[in-house]
Parts: sequence; C-alpha cells; structure tokens
Amino acid sequence: MRETIGITGGAARTWLRAVTGIAGAFAVLDQYIGVVMTFALGAVIVLGMVSGSMIFGARSTSRRAIKDEVFECGNPSTGPARGRFAVHFYLVAILFIVFDVEVVFMYPWAIIFRQLGIPGLIEMLTFVAILGFGLAYVWKRGALAWN
Amino acid sequence: MELIAVGIAGVKALLVLLMVLSLSAMLLWVERKGSALIQDRIGANRANIFGVLPFNLGFVNTLIADPLKLLTKEDMVPAGADKFLHFLAPFLAVFPVLVTFAAVPFGDQLVIGDTVINLQVADLDIGILYVLAMSSLAVYGVVLGGWASNSRWALLGGIRGSAQMISYEIAMGLALIGAVMAFGTLDLQAIARAQGYHFFGVIPAWGIIYQPLGFLIFLIAGIAETKRVPFDLPEGESELIAGFFTEYSGMKQAAFMLSDFAESVVVAGLATTLFFGAWQVPFLFREGFHFPGGVVVAVPHLLVVALQFVSFIVKVFALCVFQILVRWTLPRYRYDQVMDLGWKYLLPLALANMLVTGVVIVLLG
Repeated sequence: MRETIGITGGAARTWLRAVTGIAGAFAVLDQYIGVVMTFALGAVIVLGMVSGSMIFGARSTSRRAIKDEVFECGNPSTGPARGRFAVHFYLVAILFIVFDVEVVFMYPWAIIFRQLGIPGLIEMLTFVAILGFGLAYVWKRGALAWN
Repeated sequence: MELIAVGIAGVKALLVLLMVLSLSAMLLWVERKGSALIQDRIGANRANIFGVLPFNLGFVNTLIADPLKLLTKEDMVPAGADKFLHFLAPFLAVFPVLVTFAAVPFGDQLVIGDTVINLQVADLDIGILYVLAMSSLAVYGVVLGGWASNSRWALLGGIRGSAQMISYEIAMGLALIGAVMAFGTLDLQAIARAQGYHFFGVIPAWGIIYQPLGFLIFLIAGIAETKRVPFDLPEGESELIAGFFTEYSGMKQAAFMLSDFAESVVVAGLATTLFFGAWQVPFLFREGFHFPGGVVVAVPHLLVVALQFVSFIVKVFALCVFQILVRWTLPRYRYDQVMDLGWKYLLPLALANMLVTGVVIVLLG
C-alpha cells in the first residue's frame, strides 16, 4: 500500500514538474496573449460575417437549376471550369519561393548588421551578388517575360 | 493578475478590430463620395433614417444600410463548386488581414494608477515578421475563391491574383529590410519610440527621412498587394466580371470587399508605423510639448495618450485617402507591365536600397 502511494506521489511530482516546465515554456509566449485574443475575436467576427447571408439571406426554390449556373455571358457554360492555365504562373510561384526564402535570410542579418560591421556588409554583398546573378539568369532566359 | 492581463489584452484586441472595421467602412464611403467628386457626379446620397432627416447621413450608408441589404441577399453557391472551400475563401481573405493589426502599436502607454498598459495588442519582438506572415496569408482567400467557384472567370482572377500578390510580396519584404537596418529591431513599438527624436531639434526623425526609396517601394508593393487600381488585374471588371469573387453574393461578397479596404488600412498602418512616426506627434513627449527654442507646455497624461492615438488615426486615414486618390487617378496596367514592375524594377531597386542603406550606416559609423 505504501509502495503504491509512494509511486503515485512520485508520479504526481513528475507530472507537476512537467506541467510547470510547460507553463514555464509558455511564459515566453506571454506576449502572444494579445495575438490569441485577436485570433479568437477576429475568427468570431469574420465567421459571423461570412455566414450572415446563409442564415438571414433570402432563399428561393424556383428555377434552381438556372440560378445555380456559373456566370457566363448569356450562354450555358460548357466544359470544365478548372482547365489548363499558362505554365508561366507556375514559374512565378517557383521563383517566388526561391527569392522569398532569401529575403527571410536577410532579416536576421539586418537586425545585427551594426554589430557585424564591414565584414557583415561584405558577406551580404556576396549573398546579394549571387542572388542578383540568379535574377539576371532567369531574366535572360525569359522567365520574367510575358507575351 | 493573469486574468487582468488577459482581460486587458481582450479589450485591446476588440478595440483594434473595431477600429480597423470602422475605418474600412468609413473608407468605403470616402471612396464612393471621393470617386464621385473626381468623376463629377453626386455619389451616394440616399442614406437617411425613414426619410425624416433633412440632410444626407453619409457613411450610415456603408456602416448600416449596405450591410443590412447584403445580409438579406440570397447566398449563392454555384453548381459544381466546392462548398467548403467556397465558404472558407472569404474567411481567409478577411481574417489574416484583420489580425495583422495585433502587432501595430496605436499609442505609447497608458498609465492608470500603477498599471502600465502598452497601447499595442501584442508586444511582439518579431512584429514585422508577424505582420508580413499574416498579410501574406491573404493570398489563400484569393486563390481558393477562384478555384472553388467552378467558374472560368473566377479561376483566371484567382491565378492572376496569386501570381501578382506573391510577386509583390518579395519587393515588399525587401523594402522593409532597409527600415529594419535603420532601426535595428523588428519590434514595431520600439520602432515607433525610435522616431520620437528631432533632427537639429526641428525635423521629426521619422522613418521616411532614413528610407525615402524604401517607403516608395513599400507603398507601391502595398497597393499591388491590395489588388486595387492600377493593379486590379485579379478583379478586372471589364475582362473578368469580378475576378476571383465573381460567384459570390451577399455577405461573402461583402467580405471580399471588406478585405480590400482592410488591406488598405493595414498598408497605411504599417507605412505610418515605419515611415511616418507611428503615434508620435511632433514635439510631444510623455510629459508635454517641447517646442524648439525651449518653450515647454505641460500636457496631462490622458491628453497626451489621446493626442497620440488621434495622430495615429489621422496619419493612417490620410494614407488611405491617398491610396483612394491613386485608385481613381491612374488607369489599369496590363498584366505583363504589372509583373515587370514587380520583378524587373521594384525587386532590383529594393536590393539596391538595402545595400546603399548598409553602406551609409557603415560610413556614418
């Protein structure tokens, strides 16, 4: 019996330590209380808004088939709407990922830039030169041209 | 104590959300009246309460009458549409834009007794990153709205919109790096406080003095992010009906409209915080005005806070009105011109701006 209590006590202590540990970790996140509150309130407001017409809106049952058609200039729509589209948009998305990731790398550098001084500037010049070379390359290959 | 902190955060969050919403609604009215002024017509002039008032009620139109009308409209979901994504898209168009404002400071600090309330919903160390992350989520609303509708026009608008928004996001992120270097922090409240000095005791040390080109690039990229004229290719009503929200009606359509205006407010709010001294009033410090020449006028604490809040709102509103002026002055670009401007002009310019800023900071020590 005592053994059992001892084990439970130990387990409780372990749990307590774990919980305080997690709470301690979350204490760093105290500054995010505002973000959480904004998310909650914002979600309620926007959900209420978006579903507003579904609740209060008028609803007619007549000529549903015609009403539910997608917009077209007077003709019945033919074929699937989600057809093929220019590969160029896809290319833009790929280029975006390449360049945007590099921008993210620049933010930490920009903050500690003053401490890094001239060596930091030279390193960033090298980085931007490589990035600029990449931009020049895709430009030259016509990836940025829209015809 | 913890509960009080949570309560204060909640009140601040509610206040900021209502501020953005009401500013957006007010802007909608300013836009209707302003565009009418520019195009030499009268504009919205029927708002009244049961017709008993002798004058026109102005933005009651956009605050009450329009939402009420839209609320009672039939909610159309076209045949073949993905019902869940069709519902999710307007939510994703508005929600990230609204929550962006959580990191934007709207005042210094309010002291009640011995409680110091920081006038910013979330005092984030990485404020700028949070803002960029949230505002870039809005692209999902556009692309999902276009995809879910099962309509060619919507899909074209959605694809155009996503390509345009991600292109200008790079220029936007790069343009802000110059400002981050100048201030040495990502914390928006710290940036706001850093702008409380005066060069030679006369000129307010606002970000635009350090970063004129950065501001210009940011503003252009910001207008492109809001998908407004001259960058309104995703909507392009003369070619794509209404673009990605062609198949939306009622409050869902209103949500897309609201996201347009709320994005304008966010862009203006960020530009104000980074380049126009945030909530700073020239020569106003915590205890009162310190005019050049040694004249000191003491101002009570509550009035200082109020003046700073009003200053922030006035600046944001002025930048919003500027965006509306741009919208009704410039014609729409062609799509290749829009993409060229983003990739071939703004991106290299922003890179150059960053490097020049770096060299200047190193030279000045």
